[in-house]
Amino acid sequence: MNATAAPAGPSRTSQPRVGLFVTCLVDIIRPSVGFAAVKLLEDAGCKVVVPSQTCCGQPAYNSGDRATAKRLARQAIDAFEDCDYVVAPSGSCGGMLIKHYPDLFAGEPDLETRAERFAEKTHELVSFLVDVLKVEKVAARYEGTVAYHDSCAGLRELGIKAQPRRLLAGVEGLTLVELAEPETCCGFGGLFATKYGELSNAIVSRKAEDIQATKADTLLAGDLGCLLNMAGKLSREGSAVKARHVAEILAGMADGPAMGEAEKETAR
Amino acid sequence: MSATATSAHFKENAHAALTDARLQGAMAFSRNFVSRRAAAVERLPEFDALRDSAKAIKDHALAHLDLYLEAYESRVRASGGEVHFAQDAEEARRIVIDLCKAMGAKSIAKGKSMIAEEIGLNHALEGAGIEAVETDLGEYIIQLRGETPSHIIAPAIHLTAKDVEGEFRKAHRDLAADRSLAEPEQLLSEARQVLRAKFLAADVGVTGANFLIAETGTSIIVTNEGNGDLTQILPEAHIVIASIEKIVPTLEDAAQLMRVLARSATGQDASVYTTLSTGPRRPGDPDGPRAYHVVILDNGRSTMLGGQFQPMLRCIRCGACMNHCPVYQAVGGHAYGWVYPGPMGAVLTPSLIGVAEGGQLPNASTFCGRCESVCPVRIPLPGMMRHWREREFERRLSPAPLRYGLGFWAFFASRPALYRLATDLAARALKLAGRGKGRFAWLPFAAGWTGYRDLAAPEGATFQSRWRAKSGAVK
Repeated sequence: MNATAAPAGPSRTSQPRVGLFVTCLVDIIRPSVGFAAVKLLEDAGCKVVVPSQTCCGQPAYNSGDRATAKRLARQAIDAFEDCDYVVAPSGSCGGMLIKHYPDLFAGEPDLETRAERFAEKTHELVSFLVDVLKVEKVAARYEGTVAYHDSCAGLRELGIKAQPRRLLAGVEGLTLVELAEPETCCGFGGLFATKYGELSNAIVSRKAEDIQATKADTLLAGDLGCLLNMAGKLSREGSAVKARHVAEILAGMADGPAMGEAEKETAR
Repeated sequence: MSATATSAHFKENAHAALTDARLQGAMAFSRNFVSRRAAAVERLPEFDALRDSAKAIKDHALAHLDLYLEAYESRVRASGGEVHFAQDAEEARRIVIDLCKAMGAKSIAKGKSMIAEEIGLNHALEGAGIEAVETDLGEYIIQLRGETPSHIIAPAIHLTAKDVEGEFRKAHRDLAADRSLAEPEQLLSEARQVLRAKFLAADVGVTGANFLIAETGTSIIVTNEGNGDLTQILPEAHIVIASIEKIVPTLEDAAQLMRVLARSATGQDASVYTTLSTGPRRPGDPDGPRAYHVVILDNGRSTMLGGQFQPMLRCIRCGACMNHCPVYQAVGGHAYGWVYPGPMGAVLTPSLIGVAEGGQLPNASTFCGRCESVCPVRIPLPGMMRHWREREFERRLSPAPLRYGLGFWAFFASRPALYRLATDLAARALKLAGRGKGRFAWLPFAAGWTGYRDLAAPEGATFQSRWRAKSGAVK
């Protein structure tokens, strides 16, 4: 690929070309979140493309396997070369693309520059809608009381806190409540959740208590990893709280089963 | 090496901690630190700017550490004290014991010092026939119990007031058996009463140091109990033990650092006592020790200079990282298995005792990043834990299942067409295996997950597969 081909910013045509970095968890476990993201982006006037992709490389990066992380980073940077923007429905993968790719190639002149340019055009979904596209309100309706969990990477690496709350405030029928400890990790941590299962469980148990104490009927977050962890704990404890990615609510696509919920009609 | 390490058994230690109901009850208290710090920061709008300045001060001191250590040493000598450099824990212990023996010291009053813990000083003193009494309340309590600190500023945080009462009744047998110890103030007052006699009897006072000031040869300790003052003023001799990175150039620098230290640690604007000591008693001074010694410990720190882990030497030991750490909050400090717990311990421990022994600690993190976000000197703690994971991986010390698992996954993740095919098949198969329940309560090879929580089943075909079908893309 030619390192100088793509413009650093959006093309000045009316429709920005947005590459959806769908993230491996959404791709494999909950494709409906990907379609919700597409709808939100298209409604906001974007042309959405989905280049062939795999994973951002974070599992390797956080396991100390820098070589694999770099290989996957180059693959992702190449795949989205012709996009004006790259948007991911995840603060964690977004943080990897935006904050850690440049670090991975620090000191390698050409690659570092490419990684930095890639980082500049990359955004987490909700912050992209609010901060870049200046979306003020989405046309969605959701009857329920929701608690929003701030995922750690989104919150601390990308400064995502106000943006989802702002859009949720405009969803008709929705009441937003806050957790007592909104800045505390849910205990997911990627491979940590299985490598240190017992410890991860202790952390998510506290989070589940916090969620249930809010009396919310729905738990939202911007990251599927954290949601899998919290939804899995809530359902194991017999809680009726539904877990969904925030994009599902914002896109008005929360009709299907919530995470881990049985299908409404029998599948077979 | 010094204090015995069990860091390699972190997982087992954590299991023991998580199943210890008494400890779990006690740990709830540690969360108070979080709200207190937040309130203190709220009151000081320039707090983040002060963090930048604190970081800059420490970075500068570390970049010129040799210069400032020499300056400090010469100022201490000029004020009549002596400085002893110790390469490792063994040498530091020997210096302290030799000094005590030379002075004919039989008993020592000790202020709180993590360096004393690091070098295992109490044990060594005991072996040399010298009685050391901890004068910090928390340290005194754990000394009675034969334990090590579970927190760098709140050593007995793993205990409840009830535990302490039991300990005092056992240890202070000469006091009335029917006395009330129900209130924390009563515990404090009893400790004060018992310790007062120890202060008066001590031949030597040993304290740590929060800062060593190069420009004046001063050492500074901050305490909330005032025990440090008595420890260093009443006995005939004062021995300060500190590590090389405690050096800062000027008193002004230390004052700046103290503005972030107490707020980060306990949420106080300042600690109750800030005690400066510069050399022994001068002619005409009303009190103070006759002899003044400073033992400066390296113990592996100089090898961190100029490398990936140098930022760790900025640490001013406030404890904010552990107070805000979900892992520390869950298991407490003893599970970390050596002297320093929490995120700062997870970075420092492998540096000081090796990655083979301490390597689990930087792995036992969710990388939630809250430690870095509260660190008063902006140490990139998660990034440095990741550096340790990289070193482990390079040296093939990471567990084999992790390495092979990653390799298997990376093979597919590096081949997008194959990956799309394989993940689509797997997602469809898992959806069928979920049989419409939408989740798994058990999955082979995922016991670490499904042992504790359910796993949502995939919705069926992958997003990429559906997208391509929808948009008619060529495979």
